[in-house]
Amino acid sequence: MAFVQNFPFISIVLSLFSGPLSSVLGGKKAKWVNLAVITLIGAMSAAVLAFVLGTGEPYVYRMGHFPAPWGNEIRVGVLEAGMALFFCVVMLLCMLGGERERALELPEGKQNLYYVMVNLLLCSLLALIYTNDLFTAYVFVEINTISACGLIMIRQNGRTIEAATRYMIMSLLGSGLLLLGICFLYDLTGHLLMSNIKEQVGLLYAAGAYRVPLLVALGLMSVGLAIKSALFPFHAWLPDAYGYSTLSSAAILSSLVSKGYIFLLVKIFFRVVGFEVVRESGVLNILFVFGLAGMIMGSVSAIQEKNVRRMVAYSSVAQIGYIYMGFGLGSLSGVVASVFHVLTHAATKSLLFISASGLTDSSGDSKQIADLTGAGFRNRLAGLAFTVGSLSMVGIPAFSGFVSKLLFAQAAVEGSFVKMLPALLVLAVSTVLNALYFMKTVITLYTPARGERFSGRGFCRIGLWEQPAKTWAMLCLIVLNLILGLTSEPIIELIRDGLAMFE
Amino acid sequence: MSKKLSPQEYEKTLSYRLGCWLSGSPDPFVGKLEMKPQQILQEDIEEQQQREEDREKLYERIYDIENNTEVRLFQKVYRVFCVVFCVVLVGLLLAAVSYLPTEGKGEKPVNNEVYERYVEKGLEETGAVNLVTGMILDYRAFDTLGESHVLFIATCTVLILLRVDPGKGKKKGEEENDRLYEPKNDIILQTAARVLVPLIIIFGIYIILGGHLGPGGGFSGGAVIGAGLILYLNAFGFAKTERFFTAKTYKIMSFSALACYALAKSYSFYTGANGIESVIPLGTPGAILSSGLILVLNICVGVVVSGTMYTFYVMFRKGGY
Repeated sequence: MAFVQNFPFISIVLSLFSGPLSSVLGGKKAKWVNLAVITLIGAMSAAVLAFVLGTGEPYVYRMGHFPAPWGNEIRVGVLEAGMALFFCVVMLLCMLGGERERALELPEGKQNLYYVMVNLLLCSLLALIYTNDLFTAYVFVEINTISACGLIMIRQNGRTIEAATRYMIMSLLGSGLLLLGICFLYDLTGHLLMSNIKEQVGLLYAAGAYRVPLLVALGLMSVGLAIKSALFPFHAWLPDAYGYSTLSSAAILSSLVSKGYIFLLVKIFFRVVGFEVVRESGVLNILFVFGLAGMIMGSVSAIQEKNVRRMVAYSSVAQIGYIYMGFGLGSLSGVVASVFHVLTHAATKSLLFISASGLTDSSGDSKQIADLTGAGFRNRLAGLAFTVGSLSMVGIPAFSGFVSKLLFAQAAVEGSFVKMLPALLVLAVSTVLNALYFMKTVITLYTPARGERFSGRGFCRIGLWEQPAKTWAMLCLIVLNLILGLTSEPIIELIRDGLAMFE
Repeated sequence: MSKKLSPQEYEKTLSYRLGCWLSGSPDPFVGKLEMKPQQILQEDIEEQQQREEDREKLYERIYDIENNTEVRLFQKVYRVFCVVFCVVLVGLLLAAVSYLPTEGKGEKPVNNEVYERYVEKGLEETGAVNLVTGMILDYRAFDTLGESHVLFIATCTVLILLRVDPGKGKKKGEEENDRLYEPKNDIILQTAARVLVPLIIIFGIYIILGGHLGPGGGFSGGAVIGAGLILYLNAFGFAKTERFFTAKTYKIMSFSALACYALAKSYSFYTGANGIESVIPLGTPGAILSSGLILVLNICVGVVVSGTMYTFYVMFRKGGY
């Protein structure tokens, strides 16, 4: 076994170990440990990706001395390694971008606990990506839930405590449904290992046995994960959680936490139940309808919103709707589009959150959109970054959002006529709605702030290098967006290969 | 033949006291034991007003009940809807359960090769007489590694939420004297605790150490030790427990236990995956020093669990050590 093949296991254990380590360190040291761990794991994931691309086939890594159905194992393919790399990059940039806010907003003695949460969150994301065992996935879903809660409420004021309570209740409901689904599947197949469950489900399905509990199990798992990733009717926890938590928490929650669950759902579809069975079960149709509703309703709520952070948060509801709509199309190209949109949304939403905070900094800390008038002139880079993010979310060519919308449209056209029409229609309407609220904000940013209305509001200029960490984060995220938008072909190819390796 | 006692000695005997009690003479413990009734929590007027104002603000400004039709409608529909939702969900799940394979029949899908190997070869492969322990700490140790970190991160979240940093939060006097509303120096509790606490803690240690030999293990033993510590704290107060258990102790304890767990398991994951023979002997099944790493892991889990239990209690009680 090549030494590179140990890297996924080392990165999981390293991030797990760095959690308790941060709890005994002070805030400053914990910050450096955290940055070092994320960078190191990103580098290791890149090496693993190169290795898997070289060999061209996935491998399983046995966790311990016992082979798979008895012991635990993790499985590494192209998509897993690529996702791990991407998550590390985005997380590093989110942590850099929110550095100043963390120092200002978090209580002095509790800074190191923040890094405990972030390290264990990274660990749980990695484990969700790599695991080949459904129960291991559940254990790390628990860690993910609790750490996300901690990230929300560590900035202690009334709104975040309320948001964290809501998140906890909804998210635990999701975890409970997921666990019930896993129990059903275990009872039907007698296995927890993904590959073995798939084999057994295939046999059961061919024999026509246990159709009802199989459907219920699949439904419970899909709905559970949909609640946790804020699909439209279950999104009530989202705007407060993203809108009032500290900056890096909001960016990490929107771009990584919900995406981890979506990736787990993709794994369940392809590696646990089998996409054929999922398609015939009809669960996808429900996800399709919810996704379409989310695309419209998320945008409508965002249009009504006056607070810029909450507006960006509501936009997430719409984008999660896109992703589930892609699953709902029921074709491989639909899933490819969804996975690409996961990348797009992660790169763009973190950019939007960070640049929005740069804009509010220059506008006397007011988060009202009306007060951001002229903020694009006061903080030029943040204005540029927000514009790039908005253009990407609307779907202007050269940015990543365009590619994912193109992929969605292509997938819709390839599919059945019944789904094609509503998908294309809603895609068009949602794009217009996206443009409405994003372009409105961008125009506000570049309207010169003249007149009495704006005097005495604490407006100030922020130079390019006044907040270097945030500047770097925004620059890197803009570049990441352009990379996803301009060189999408190899990335789409990678996603296709990765999904093919799931079989 | 009974010995004749002097009056002073006679007064100490049980029969004399019983006689006194029967004849209705006053209780000798009155005035010696603390019998102060619990105080009722009294807020000063300022605090009360503040609280009411906050509540009003919440309803008026944030929810804006009067003008917010959405919230008003929601409050009306909520009760009905949640009952309907629960009934439908319960009905659906019960219906689904009736389609599952019948319990108690031999050919259930769960009775497959996985379970057979656990039962038949568990003792031989893990060296643990207790098959459950062998399963969670050796076959599926990765899951348990995650599970112990769930406990750790839960404590960290409670610390974020409840820990009172010095100079903040409650008023000084109240913070120092957390037993204002509870009886102090309760002789009955203290006497009972003096007898029970050592027994409870020794029993907890026994459960942890014997986890691979019989029922027990780190999780249950740790919970027992944690309960013992909480009893001790209740009887004797923070002044005594803080001599050996502070926030720093907890941090170091849980860090070293989790680090030890992660290191030990990393070794076995690494050797297992790379096909290297592990140097850790399994020992003779049934001996206390047997079954490889399981004993060490049980101790680690026990340390984490007991610390977590105790810390939870302290956080809810006082918000700090």
